[in-house]
Amino acid sequence: MNTPSVPLKKTALFDAHQKLGARLVDFGGWNMPVQYSGIVDEHKAVREAAGVFDISHMGEFFVSGDKALAFLNGLLTNNVAKLGESQGQYTLMLNEAGGVIDDLIIYRQAGSDYFLVVNAAKIDEDRTWIEKHLLPGVHFADKSFSYSAVALQGPKAIAIARALFGPGWPEPKRNQITSYSWNCQEILTARTGYTGEDGIEIFFKNEIAENFFFALLEAGKPFGLKPCGLGARDTLRLEACLPLNGNDLSDKRTPLEACLGIFVALDRPDEFIGKKVLLQQKASGLKEKLIAFRLKEKGPPPRPHYPLLRDGVPVGEVTSGAPSPTLGGGIGLAYVRADSAEPGTLLELEIRGSRLPVEVVKKPFYKRPS
Amino acid sequence: MSNIPDQLRYATSHEWIKVEDSIGTVGITDHAQQELSDVVYVDLPKVGAQVTAGSAVAVIESVKAASDIYSPASGEVIEVNPDLPAKPELVNKDPYGAAWLYRLKLSQPAELDALKDAAAYRAAVGE
Repeated sequence: MNTPSVPLKKTALFDAHQKLGARLVDFGGWNMPVQYSGIVDEHKAVREAAGVFDISHMGEFFVSGDKALAFLNGLLTNNVAKLGESQGQYTLMLNEAGGVIDDLIIYRQAGSDYFLVVNAAKIDEDRTWIEKHLLPGVHFADKSFSYSAVALQGPKAIAIARALFGPGWPEPKRNQITSYSWNCQEILTARTGYTGEDGIEIFFKNEIAENFFFALLEAGKPFGLKPCGLGARDTLRLEACLPLNGNDLSDKRTPLEACLGIFVALDRPDEFIGKKVLLQQKASGLKEKLIAFRLKEKGPPPRPHYPLLRDGVPVGEVTSGAPSPTLGGGIGLAYVRADSAEPGTLLELEIRGSRLPVEVVKKPFYKRPS
Repeated sequence: MSNIPDQLRYATSHEWIKVEDSIGTVGITDHAQQELSDVVYVDLPKVGAQVTAGSAVAVIESVKAASDIYSPASGEVIEVNPDLPAKPELVNKDPYGAAWLYRLKLSQPAELDALKDAAAYRAAVGE
């Protein structure tokens, strides 16, 4: 990770986090809030009311031009051709071996103008990969360092956005993105998130970041809105079984092994990088799968790299784990042998020499009430 | 600003020890519990275990991570806090009282001189 001699990167909301008393930590080279009032408190605020997260460290890429669609469909697993204007989709960018470089959301803003939101730790790698494969007639711009973003998430998120923006706001539907002028500044609002709750992700220029953030917190006060850190973001996304690149996804794992097949358009006629390997893998069958599991009894929470065994024989390894604030008890994601991946399978989790019973369960752990 | 009682001795790894008649009571500091936040599980040493100063003897797990607890002194563990396994949140609520971790019979009381007093610990955590 980061060496002490390299200064940590700061988002445009860094001063705001300090004013609000956040605890800041090194997150992949970024100085980010891990928590304000406490991870469990913030987690519950998002499940019951609303929370706002600084996600300015994430990358914002813009791709446009006549050949943009063909170019993007050659790099991404989902089918960009299915995107209507203002629509977004979750997708993955793979290496030649079918391993995951990054998972991201791509929005078609209008015509041939596409907006991609990528993981913070992967901005440089993604940009290099995209530029390496760039086609004539495609314009690519990495604007990660001029854009800030926040995620407003929770059952009260939309009500808060309406209160802040007023009646003129074009409210995006699920996975849609709209643009809006807030105090004469263009912002983008997308009905997406990483918590398992309804909500929006809001993108804007760094110059208005702090004003916007405090205005949002003020508008959200009557609704119980709380600023939230990356700690709660992690437990929320884990309960919703949303994968974290670097933990649950890696350049050694394909999206089929990660059970993300519905975001891989293997049936479309055109090629994308990694497709050949995925087709072979699909034909020969998966050896390992990403599963969700729960501790059967009270015990220490699962953590990444803990081994999983079946009848004493190693069958896999944990990639994400935490005590679940919503369910109580330990939950996790793990890659296990395909013959041990069925929900209901009983496994043993090894923690500091002890073995605790766990059960493979259906994903997700948490689904919001509809 | 965390609470740092004057009558205790402190390790830079954020444990405190209170010594009475060569029996030491060990816990973690208010600063440490604030840093950890939301403690969900505590793994304590076994009664009868011989521990050495600076060795990992317990684990406190917060939502975010598992943290090793290092014994501030050497000796034999004679008692562990029976309430903590069921109520790990006591570590956040009362780190110097109800959330003591274990008691040990000190084998080398002179080691205590190497620990910090309240003022030195306060300086070490930057408060």
